[in-house]
Amino acid sequence: MYGKKVKLRALLISLLLVSAILSIFLVLKSLEENVIYFQSPTEIRNLSEIDNKKIRVGGMVKDNSILINPDKITFVITDFKNEINVSYSGSVPNLFEEGKGVVAEGFLKDRNFFIADKILAKHDENYMPPEVKEALEGK
Amino acid sequence: MFKFLEPNKIFLITSKAPKYVFFIFIIVLSIGLVEALFLSPEDYIQSHSVRIMYVHVPSAWISLGIFSLIALLSVGSFIFKNKNFSLIAKSLAPSGFVFNVIALVTGSIWGKPTWGTWWAWDARITSMLILALFYSMYILAWRIYDKKEQVIKITSIIAIVGVINVPIIKFSVDWWSTLHQNSSVNILSETSIHPSMLVPLLIMTAAFSLFSLLIFLMKYNTELIKIKNKGLDRL
Repeated sequence: MYGKKVKLRALLISLLLVSAILSIFLVLKSLEENVIYFQSPTEIRNLSEIDNKKIRVGGMVKDNSILINPDKITFVITDFKNEINVSYSGSVPNLFEEGKGVVAEGFLKDRNFFIADKILAKHDENYMPPEVKEALEGK
Repeated sequence: MFKFLEPNKIFLITSKAPKYVFFIFIIVLSIGLVEALFLSPEDYIQSHSVRIMYVHVPSAWISLGIFSLIALLSVGSFIFKNKNFSLIAKSLAPSGFVFNVIALVTGSIWGKPTWGTWWAWDARITSMLILALFYSMYILAWRIYDKKEQVIKITSIIAIVGVINVPIIKFSVDWWSTLHQNSSVNILSETSIHPSMLVPLLIMTAAFSLFSLLIFLMKYNTELIKIKNKGLDRL
């Protein structure tokens, strides 16, 4: 079998790995707030205080909520529990659509109203040809 | 242990195999490109920009796979004091790094038309960037240090510490809210890519793996020649 030195080296490397994993886990855990890319409307609702720091809100664009005015677009981001109204002026990405994912970057006016200065589209993990999508919807 | 890793026997393989691997690579790549660019359908929401996936996703997979391999070989090299493992790991690094950069660049090109941004500091992208930094450190360390004992130790430590990042990349989309979507290709749960798009994805993965194998064989062959020329430096 393996010599004593081999076993000791194996032990050393496992200890090194375990302690490195634990410390990285702790660091990430305490940085959670910064690791997440956006907050959901529910998390916004539960904020203890509103400051004027730039944040991102993400969720689904609520069906029939997009209103296009000459100078701005308003829509509602929902996570199917809570909602938040967003107003934005500027161009939106191609994938921005009702019923699809969205991430808005900007400032909170209050818990229900968000002024975005950047809109990003978020798509889900489903990939399929248009015909298959139509067939699925026809069902 | 590991008597089959005799340099002379390996040299016979590494000096002859590349041309065959290159031949198979060209065939698989041609099939993959025709599938990905012409035969596969457009996506119902992303339309033709989905085709970037056939380069982006395999590159990311391979850069993760190669780094895991490097770390595994480094552990083996450290525990069993087998220098050949370190040499294999060293020869794997360049192609892993190249695919890491390709994944970052194609991701940026894909992000603009779909998400609406070239770059986002989401957990998946940031951790991929960290992987690229670890690859750079690993490759640089091999070039900087000359003493054999020292260079093996330093590169092994970089690889072993860096490999902790690999599961973070993999699960970043499940643990945190990211701009990246959840994983589409799953072994345990259902895959959410239509078969007509999954097939080119897998063929391209095979093609890129063959390319990595080719670059690895050539690099490794060079390393063995270096040892032969030195004469005294036996593995």
